[in-house]
Amino acid sequence: MAEQRQYEVGMHPDLPPPASLVGVVGWMRANLVSSPANTFFTLLAIYLIYLLIPPMLDWLIFSAAWVGDDNTVCKNETGGPIAAACWPFIKAWMTPFMFGRYPESELWRIKITYVMFGVALLALVIPQVPFKKWFALFLLIPFPVICFYLYVGGSFGLMYVETNLWGGLFLTLVIAITGIVASLPIGILLALGRRSNMPVVKAVCVAFIELWRGVPLISVLFMSSVMFPLFMPEGVNFDKLLRALVGVTLFSSAYMAEVVRGGLQAIPKGQYEGAQALGLNFVKMMYFIVMPQALKMVIPGIVNTFIGLFKDTTLVGVIGLLDFLAMIQAGSSNPDWLGYLTTGFAFAALVYWCFCFGMSQYSQHLERKLHTGH
Amino acid sequence: MSDSNASATDLQAPTKEMKVGEEVVIELNGMHKWYGSFHVLKDINLKVHHGERIVVCGPSGSGKSTMIRCINRLEEHQQGQIIVNGIELSNDLKKIDEIRREVGMCFQHFNLFPHLSIMENLVLAPMWVRNIPRGEAEETAMKYLTRVKIPEQALKFPGQLSGGQQQRVAIARSLCMSPKIMLFDEPTSALDPEMIKEVLDVMIELAEEGMTMICVTHEMGFAKTVANRVIFMDGGEIIEENEPNQFFDNPQHERTQLFLSQILAH
Ligand SMILES: Nc1ncnc2c1ncn2[C@@H]1O[C@H](COP(=O)(O)OP(=O)(O)O)[C@@H](O)[C@H]1O
Ligand SMILES: [Mg+2]
Repeated sequence: MAEQRQYEVGMHPDLPPPASLVGVVGWMRANLVSSPANTFFTLLAIYLIYLLIPPMLDWLIFSAAWVGDDNTVCKNETGGPIAAACWPFIKAWMTPFMFGRYPESELWRIKITYVMFGVALLALVIPQVPFKKWFALFLLIPFPVICFYLYVGGSFGLMYVETNLWGGLFLTLVIAITGIVASLPIGILLALGRRSNMPVVKAVCVAFIELWRGVPLISVLFMSSVMFPLFMPEGVNFDKLLRALVGVTLFSSAYMAEVVRGGLQAIPKGQYEGAQALGLNFVKMMYFIVMPQALKMVIPGIVNTFIGLFKDTTLVGVIGLLDFLAMIQAGSSNPDWLGYLTTGFAFAALVYWCFCFGMSQYSQHLERKLHTGH
Repeated sequence: MSDSNASATDLQAPTKEMKVGEEVVIELNGMHKWYGSFHVLKDINLKVHHGERIVVCGPSGSGKSTMIRCINRLEEHQQGQIIVNGIELSNDLKKIDEIRREVGMCFQHFNLFPHLSIMENLVLAPMWVRNIPRGEAEETAMKYLTRVKIPEQALKFPGQLSGGQQQRVAIARSLCMSPKIMLFDEPTSALDPEMIKEVLDVMIELAEEGMTMICVTHEMGFAKTVANRVIFMDGGEIIEENEPNQFFDNPQHERTQLFLSQILAH
C-alpha cells in the first residue's frame, strides 16, 4: 500500500536528499565501495600507496641530506654516498643547472627577461588584469627581440656571449619556447595547405608533414649538426643552437599541423557557408570563424604537442648542447659529486613536471574560459 | 509537415500592399549544374524582379537548395548565366564577394557562429566586410534584434537560445549587411512546431517592407500569404510556376498535383 499523500497536488516542497547521498560517508559509499569491483580497487590502491609512498618520502625527505655547502653531509660512514637524496648537490650546482656556463656577471640579462615574461604571463592568466591584448602582443613581438639582443649581446655595449656557453634550464626554455611559439603558426599554415584544393600546395604540405613525422627527432638533430654543415659552402657556418632550434621547430610543426587539421575537419560545413554567405573572404573566414573554433577544439592536442616538445628538448644533449638534463648529468660526473645522479634526476623530474603540469592546468583553464555552451 | 492549413490562418496577414518593381534583380538563363556526373539542375530559367517574393517547393532532392545556393555562389554552376544585381557570376572572386555582400542567406540549421555572442555574430560582417565602425554596427544590430523581438539576448551565445530564437538571430544577422536580396533555405524545417510561427512572422514583416526574397519552404500558409509566385521543382527542373492561388487551387502538372496532395494530406 502506498503511503497517503502528505501534500496537496502541486504543493510538494523540495525535500533534502536521504542521508546516504550526502556527507563524507555518503561520498565514500558512492565512490569507494559501491560494488565488489570498486571495493577491490579501493583496497588495492590503499595497499599500493602503503607500499610506495613511505619509502619514497623517506628517500626524498626524511633520510635526505638537507644542509651543507659541500659533499660531506651526503656521505655515509664508509665515505660512500648516502642511500637517500643529497640536496646540497643541487644547491651547489644551482647556477649551472639554471644557466649553464653563461658568464656569471651577465646573468642579470637572463633574469630580467624572466621577470618580464613572468609579469606578462601573470597578466594573461589572472582574469582581473586589463589590457590582455597588449600583454599578449608584447610577448609575441617585442619580447623575443629583446631576449635575442640581451642573450646574445655584442650590441648596445653588452658583452657578446657565445651560444655554446648557454645551458641549463635557460637553454631548455629557449628551445622549448621558440619551438612552441614558432610551431603553432607554421603548423596552422601547413594544416591549411594540406586541406587546400590546389594540388601543388597540398602535395608540398603533405610531403613536408610526412617527412618530419616519419623521422625521429634525434636523427633530425644529428642531421642538423653533423650532415647539414657538409652541404653548406665553405665558410658558411650556422650556429649549432640555431640549427637545433630550426630542427625542433619544424619537427613539432609537423605534429602541430596534424592536430590543427583534426580541428579543421571537425568544423561543420555550415560554418564555412554561413561565413561565405555574409561576404567574408577566405582569410577573414578562417581568422574569425573557422580557426578560433578549430583551435579551441584541439587545445588538449595542442598542449599535448607543446608538452611533448618541452620534454623532447632533452634530446639536444646528444648534439652537445648542455640543456637542463645534460647539465645535471655533467654536474653529477664531477669527481666531488659522484653518486648523486639520482638526486639530480629527481630534481629534473620535479622541474619538468612543474612546467608540464602548469601547461596542462593553463590549457584546462583556457578550455573552461572559452566554453560557450555548445 | 505539420498542419499547414492551420498555420496559414494563424499567420499575421500582410498589412501593407506589397509592390513589385520593374527592375530584374536575379536572372538565371539556361543554367545547368552537375555534381560529378550527376546532372542536378537542368536548364533553369528564372527572373526575379525587385521586391518580388518567390516560394520554391518540391520533393526532397529535387535541387531546390542547390539552385538558391548557386545564386550566391555557395555552389558553382557549369553552364548558362546567373546575373545577380546586374553582375554576372563567374570565377572572378571580386564579383562573388560583391554579390555575397548584397545577398543575405538563411539556412535550415541557422549556421550561427557558436563561439561568438549574438552581438558579435551580428556585427562581424558589417565591421569586416563593409568596414562599418563598431559603434554604428552595434546600433544597427540592436535595431534588427529588436525587430526580430530578442534584443535582450544580445550578450548570450547561440547555444543558449532556442531554435526559433537562433533562426531569428540568423535573419537579423543577414539583415545587418543591408542586403538587397534574401535567400531562405527551409528556414523552419529544423524547428519545433511551436517555433515556426515566430520565424514566419519575421519573414512576413520582411516581405511587407519590400525585400526581394526567394524562400525554399513547405509552409504553404506562408506561400499563400506572401508569395507572388510559387515555383515547383522536381528532378532538377522547374516543372511549374504560378501565382499562389492558381498554383494551389489549380495545379497544371501531374507531378505538382501529386506533390500537393501529399503535403496537404498530412
Ligand atoms: N555536394 C553534393 N555532392 C553530390 N551530390 C549532391 C551534393 N549536394 C546535393 N547533392 C544531390 O543533389 C540533389 C539535390 O540536392 P538539394 O539541392 O539539396 O535538394 P533539395 O534541397 O531540393 O532537397 C540530391 O539528389 C542530392 O543528393
Ligand atoms: Mg534542401
